[in-house]
Amino acid sequence: MKRNWSLYPYVIWMVLFTIVPILMVFYYSITAGEGGFNLTLSHYARVFEPLYLTVIWRSIRLALISTAVCFLMGYPVAMILANSPEKQQFSLIVLFVVPMWMNFLARTYAWMSLLETNGVVNMILGLFGIRPIAMLYTSGAVVLGMVYNYLPFMVFPIYTVLRKLDPSLVEAAEDLGANPARTFLRVIFPLSLPGVLSGITMVFMPSVTTFAISQLLGGGQFTLIGNLIEQQYLRTYDWGFGSALSIILMVIILISMGLISRSDAYGEGGGLL
Amino acid sequence: MCAVLAGSMLLSAAGCGGGRETLNVFNWGDYIDPQVIKDFEREYNIKVVYEEFDTNEDMYVKIDKGSGKYDIAVPSDYMIRRMANEGMLIPIDWSKITNYGNIEDRFKNLPYDERNQYSVPYMWGTVGILYNTAMVDEEVDSWDILWDAKYEKKIFMINSMRDSIGITLKRLGYSLNTKNEGEIMAARDALLEQKPLVLSYVGDEMKDKMIGEEAALAVFWSGDAAYCMSYNEDLDYVIPKEGSNIWVDAMVIPKTAQNIEAAHLFIDYMCRTEVGLANVEYIEYASPMWSVREQLPEELTEDIAFYPGEDDLEGSEVFEDLSDTLAIYDRVWTEVLAR
Amino acid sequence: MKPALKKAYLWLVFTFLYAPILVLVVFSFNASKSRASWEGLSLRWYIELFQDKAIMTALANTVIIAVVSAVAAAIVGTVAAVGIHNLKGWKKSFIMNVTYLPVLNPDIVIGISMMLLFIVVSFPRGLASLIIAHITFGLPYVVISVLPKLAQLDPQIFDAALDLGATPREAYMQVILPQIMPGVFTGFLLAFTMSVDDFVVSFFVTGNGVANLAISIYSMARRGINPKINAVLTLLFAAVAAMMYLIQKRMGKGVAKGAAEELR
Repeated sequence: MKRNWSLYPYVIWMVLFTIVPILMVFYYSITAGEGGFNLTLSHYARVFEPLYLTVIWRSIRLALISTAVCFLMGYPVAMILANSPEKQQFSLIVLFVVPMWMNFLARTYAWMSLLETNGVVNMILGLFGIRPIAMLYTSGAVVLGMVYNYLPFMVFPIYTVLRKLDPSLVEAAEDLGANPARTFLRVIFPLSLPGVLSGITMVFMPSVTTFAISQLLGGGQFTLIGNLIEQQYLRTYDWGFGSALSIILMVIILISMGLISRSDAYGEGGGLL
Repeated sequence: MCAVLAGSMLLSAAGCGGGRETLNVFNWGDYIDPQVIKDFEREYNIKVVYEEFDTNEDMYVKIDKGSGKYDIAVPSDYMIRRMANEGMLIPIDWSKITNYGNIEDRFKNLPYDERNQYSVPYMWGTVGILYNTAMVDEEVDSWDILWDAKYEKKIFMINSMRDSIGITLKRLGYSLNTKNEGEIMAARDALLEQKPLVLSYVGDEMKDKMIGEEAALAVFWSGDAAYCMSYNEDLDYVIPKEGSNIWVDAMVIPKTAQNIEAAHLFIDYMCRTEVGLANVEYIEYASPMWSVREQLPEELTEDIAFYPGEDDLEGSEVFEDLSDTLAIYDRVWTEVLAR
Repeated sequence: MKPALKKAYLWLVFTFLYAPILVLVVFSFNASKSRASWEGLSLRWYIELFQDKAIMTALANTVIIAVVSAVAAAIVGTVAAVGIHNLKGWKKSFIMNVTYLPVLNPDIVIGISMMLLFIVVSFPRGLASLIIAHITFGLPYVVISVLPKLAQLDPQIFDAALDLGATPREAYMQVILPQIMPGVFTGFLLAFTMSVDDFVVSFFVTGNGVANLAISIYSMARRGINPKINAVLTLLFAAVAAMMYLIQKRMGKGVAKGAAEELR
């Protein structure tokens, strides 16, 4: 089976369209001005100015909240799915997948008209005598958008791990006199940790880098790292600063993914491809 | 892989019209009657590739970086000055603009294009406050109302750097073209102070939101205000007494142009009375063409939202190019949005 | 947990997932432009939708890009997987790391880095650049889906085919390929899904007025609520639901289930 020519198209493609572009971003992040090759770290220094640290902290905070909400909502769902009869399981999963197959932007847009002051949610609240409240263009709306878009990313990895869990372990724990809560805390949950970790990364990563959700549901005032990068590239055209932000974002993500895959080295791998 | 590449190249070539001449037009969002484009395509057998932008600054960078090869762009006054200064515009061949006589003389030789080399005016207007009379009881005549805590979360600000900082400077009694750093910083502080009251900093979506009564007050361009007022009777538009901004958007041919011939045809076509009228009726901005104005009903030409008179414009200024001070404005605006 | 409680909770979550879509569907049939008042059933927005050249072109672009990029990714990715499968040592781990890069890298970084490349080499941005970008982020999913199938293969099977007089080419096409086909199909499906779902990468690499559905929804949404979007999304939803149903029926449960689980 010596057929290594089969690799060439792939390797050339990946180098050309993955590695070269990233190297270009890196190049822009360490050079200043147009014309000539002037090494500088000023773009990176700028990232640490208080204004931009505020933005980075806001992105991390909102992404953490969304991840936590997804976990609290998603874990029980994964458990219920994993424990339901085999036949039902498949239909339930399909029900989960269908909204995901709608376009990402479609899912975000769906909430725009719902959350308006004169929108459907306030209309329903009005039936209970609650006065309309401003919901669109708040941080709550941004978190909601993230949770709605990324909840399945939390459910699937946990579900995959739970489904492969050996039922005899649970039975053993019960035989030894553990109550359901104790069985869950001491047996089920620790064993599902790899799935939980994958879920957390898969929700946190797109949340912390998003720009469309904050733009559409948060309005112009919820600047996240993603919005900052978009602005640098498409509005102010400060490619250097935008590139520095991108490189920092990429390094943070790759390092955290690396750490998680290491802690998962003996685990099940969750649903992470 | 080569086959794939070749295939996708072919597709992109096909996407470019396959032989038919094309004209790339770069205009503000929602700023033309789509039928006008269709008619132009049919009449001249030229395919129009139409792209939209949200702010002058967005348009500028796209042309400056050459990331779009546009034959026509429609920047505002101060941006035309900047682009002309930087050699980004191609002079217009006036022998080809046969309908130029339709333009009112007061829109010719304006400071942003003193010698009338580069631009043909498209629309003009003001910046003011659009408000819902059912939600605002008092008389609206000052920018101050946008800083009134009574209207917390019922105020839309415009996501456009020059406009938002400009009206704040006007409110403080400064020129909206100031290069004085102290004055700009005062405007920044005022905008930051206002931020908790603002529902959002938005662009074109404001129109729909104001018609839908999502907010009580909003900073608006006059023509968009006229459009909203025709859909919701409770809305009214005012140019505050501190003065505001008068602007002109004009058609130019950027240096990226590939089809200069067709660009001239398009400009000339846009200066036809019936085309100007169709656009005015569709987007509801004020046209600089006297021949169009003559044909509009009086209730429009006397409406200050549409055609403000001399008195309404007292204290108002035209934006000028800020050259180096622009970086400070840029930074202030980033800070206001990001804080 | 009690079964009734479980059921109620699941229903609650499904309500959360489907309520916004249902509202879109309902309002796409509303005669009025307003979304707060109901003024009777109408197909007005569907008619306007089909007359809207920009949206219809965007829709066509979305389909073209998804089909072309997923097919290309499936072919190149499958061939590559065979090559990677035969590799050992540092070469293999290096290629696998490169393969995982587009999977792990944030969308926005993929988008801006490819945009930079296209601008710097002045490659015309439009349908071609979109297809290249979509192939790039689709490829890894094909490779990752095919590799496990290759690992499950009996290593003797290829040699056996050769012994029986098949050329290597025939052995690959007629013996190996049918065995790994489920993996290829899963990979194709994933690449297709990622392509249809993508907004961020497309947003950055497009140009010259070329838009897919996501990009045109984004620019329309920034212009306010537009009932035409509701109509197009209702159609999209119907298409997705129909596709899921077909996959479930035609392709057998195994594949769809695998795809569902491996979906990101």
